[in-house]
Amino acid sequence: MDLMTGLTIFVLSVFVGFEVITKVPPILHTPLTSGSNAISGITLIGSIIAVGAAFSPASGPLGFLAIVLATINVVGGFLVTHRMLSMFRRKD
Amino acid sequence: MVELADYSGMVLVAVKAAPSTVEGWVNLAYLVAAVLFILTFKLLAHPRTAVRGNLLGAIGMTLAVGATFFDPKISQTTGTYSTIAIAMAIGAVAGVVLATKIPMTGMPQMVGLLNGFGGGASLLVAGAELHAGHSDATPPLLAWDQPIVATALSGLIGAVTFWGSMVAFAKLQEIKQFQKPLVFPMQQALNALLGVICILLCWWLIADPEAWYAYWLLIIVASVLGWLITAPIGGADMPVVICLLNSYSGLAAAATGFVINNSVLIIAGSLVGASGIILTKIMCKAMNRSMVNVLFGIGAGDAGSTKADDVYAGKIKSAGPDELAMVLESGHMNVLLAEADVPYDKLKEMDAINPSFPQTDVAIVIGANDVVNPLARTDPKSPIAGMPILDVDKARTVIVVKRSLSPGFARIPNPLFAADNTLMYFADGKQAILDLIGALKSA
Repeated sequence: MDLMTGLTIFVLSVFVGFEVITKVPPILHTPLTSGSNAISGITLIGSIIAVGAAFSPASGPLGFLAIVLATINVVGGFLVTHRMLSMFRRKD
Repeated sequence: MVELADYSGMVLVAVKAAPSTVEGWVNLAYLVAAVLFILTFKLLAHPRTAVRGNLLGAIGMTLAVGATFFDPKISQTTGTYSTIAIAMAIGAVAGVVLATKIPMTGMPQMVGLLNGFGGGASLLVAGAELHAGHSDATPPLLAWDQPIVATALSGLIGAVTFWGSMVAFAKLQEIKQFQKPLVFPMQQALNALLGVICILLCWWLIADPEAWYAYWLLIIVASVLGWLITAPIGGADMPVVICLLNSYSGLAAAATGFVINNSVLIIAGSLVGASGIILTKIMCKAMNRSMVNVLFGIGAGDAGSTKADDVYAGKIKSAGPDELAMVLESGHMNVLLAEADVPYDKLKEMDAINPSFPQTDVAIVIGANDVVNPLARTDPKSPIAGMPILDVDKARTVIVVKRSLSPGFARIPNPLFAADNTLMYFADGKQAILDLIGALKSA
């Protein structure tokens, strides 16, 4: 992937991000923040590659810690969001 | 589900052009994951589809992570996979424990904490790649080339996100040292100076990728900056700050995507970054806050100017249970209400309920503080001035159930508690309501 391809993907995704949410009821502000926070844990993939392709002694431990933190972000993020949202379910 | 149908055509086209290499399949999985993330955002913004949206996000993430195991960049040795598995297992257990053990009231700071971890992970990945570039096995990093520029940005944004989130967490967790907004002279000038130093350090690293220490210097200065721009902001604004920091952590992930040339990181990261900015704007508007102030860490002024003693002295009337009417806190915190098993359709939005308070006999406030503080309406100098509040003070009688007179997130006293028409009922919220119902039944 060259720089131009990467930039194209970046700019188009930014526009999608701007458009994808328009009106959000206040009740969903916190769950939406929380859900998108879980998605920002996508850096987990970068962490896995950093460990998997570790060529220097330093990148191993740094990558290991990165995987731990990013996994907490992802797993905790989706679970917390689910917990918040299941509170709103009608009891029927 | 209209949204899914819209995109399923796209996925079908991609499947027909089945890739012939492992790398191709990995990238296809990344594409599907990216589509699922976009749907996650769309569905999370509507009450009826939100649960499904979150589920799709989790599926997308699982797919992307699963695909990464087949990435040709990962060396095919057993040691590598077990290292990755151990790290993920530790993270997963910690994540589950954190997410399930904390009470519902701790949710906002939990999101802040998790968000900080994401930013921290991004800066660590960029650091790891920087050191990898110094070994003989990988091509050296070139000055002013994409990977080193992205490394600098990832480190800068990641460090600001990490420390900003930690301060936000500490404030909402009500850790004593962080409760009062940190305000001192020349604060904006100092932040600007630190910002300039960060840019210079980025410049140094980009011009000389061999200078790995410039990266860690950058991390230190950016950490201080992240700390200082969050510290002056009051607790009441923290949900907005967390939303903004979440946007930053997305941008950090996108920058990391440029470091390792990975499309799904760029897509998911920029989606979070852009939608986070929009959501921050929406939340600022809903809470009547200035987005510029939140962006640049400008505090809400001296919250300590009104002393609690002056407001409360001799005016607090303590009371027991009497009659019952429900006042519900609205806005970002109303997710917490559900813990009390309040059905969704019994919740009233602030704008819908406010006009009826002047005709209300009794309003019972449970636990709320800042969102029922009339200073927001009456005192233009108050840190919460202009914030939409519930006009409970207009009811004929107000009963406030609270454990103590301790201030809310904004750290300011509340004249409502001392008003002539207010009765304070000092008790734990749940116990108070149970006693109250008991008293009503026996009456």
